[in-house]
Amino acid sequence: MSDQHYELHDMAPDVAPGDESESSIGAKLLVYGIGLGLALLLTATSFFIAGTDLVWQPSIPVAIIVLAIAQMGVHLVFFLHITTGADNTNNVLALAFGLLIVFLVIGGSLWIMSNLNHNMMPMDQLMRMQR
Amino acid sequence: MSMAAAAHGHGDPHHLHGLEEGHAGPAPKRIVTGFGFWIFLLSDIVMFSCFFASYAVLSGKTAGGPSGADLFDLRNVAIETVLLLLSSFACGLASIAADARNRLWFQLAMLLTCLLGLGFLSIEGREFADLVSRGYGPTRSAFLSAFFTLVGCHGLHVSAGILWLLTMMAQVFAKGFRADIQRRFLCFALFWHALDIIWVAVFSVVYLLGSAA
Repeated sequence: MSDQHYELHDMAPDVAPGDESESSIGAKLLVYGIGLGLALLLTATSFFIAGTDLVWQPSIPVAIIVLAIAQMGVHLVFFLHITTGADNTNNVLALAFGLLIVFLVIGGSLWIMSNLNHNMMPMDQLMRMQR
Repeated sequence: MSMAAAAHGHGDPHHLHGLEEGHAGPAPKRIVTGFGFWIFLLSDIVMFSCFFASYAVLSGKTAGGPSGADLFDLRNVAIETVLLLLSSFACGLASIAADARNRLWFQLAMLLTCLLGLGFLSIEGREFADLVSRGYGPTRSAFLSAFFTLVGCHGLHVSAGILWLLTMMAQVFAKGFRADIQRRFLCFALFWHALDIIWVAVFSVVYLLGSAA
């Protein structure tokens, strides 16, 4: 009981987004360097995938989307320092809610519009019928 | 943390001890400011998601005009991406310098961030001017309207970010690393890194998917 108590006290109470843990300049540089390296690698991969004919063509859009999501994750962790640490819960929860809204807006729009495209008569036929 | 708190509550059902030990008063101002700005950034990302949704719906509606595959120059986009990534890294260097309270390195890193951001903007400006001069402005088709809205909105954010960056350089120059200046710089760094995240979505969805299709 009491040693848990001390743990509670030693832990930083909260972390702002963009905050880094207390560490030396070299360690911080390393974090940004790793982030830059991973981001450049993922960017290079997606530009390469977009132009290549070495892979099965229909897989290219999926690969580009997956690489983009991976790179956004890299940016969140290494540049914005949003982590899953216990003291980062508020920031992660806000991010999760934002992502929910983003997926509702984009997914919902695409879903509804493709449904309309399937179910509605093409516009020129509709015009002809009204004449 | 929650485990510790649960164990704590179990041994002390009325939380009498927790009241004096667990609640150390309101969070420091830096935490509150950073969290508030993070909420703003998320709302900004939600706004961008609306532009992305409209672009995704309208990307095929070219009204007989050119499609993305005819217009986009991927080499330019690759250069823009590298410039923006490097400027994000330089902004990280500025955060490290601000934490170490080193004015010289801070100003150098911020200058580098600014130059890389300006390079990005000038390439994007040239691309837009070129499209408009060839008659493919935002009024040409629904696809081009959505394209200019989405990419232009990101460009406007970068321009605003550069104005903010210059303000931060001037404030650190005049006032030094005071606590409130540090908080403003924390918000600026968040903003700049978030713009990079949005650019990742832009070059993937607009340019790479547009020229692959």
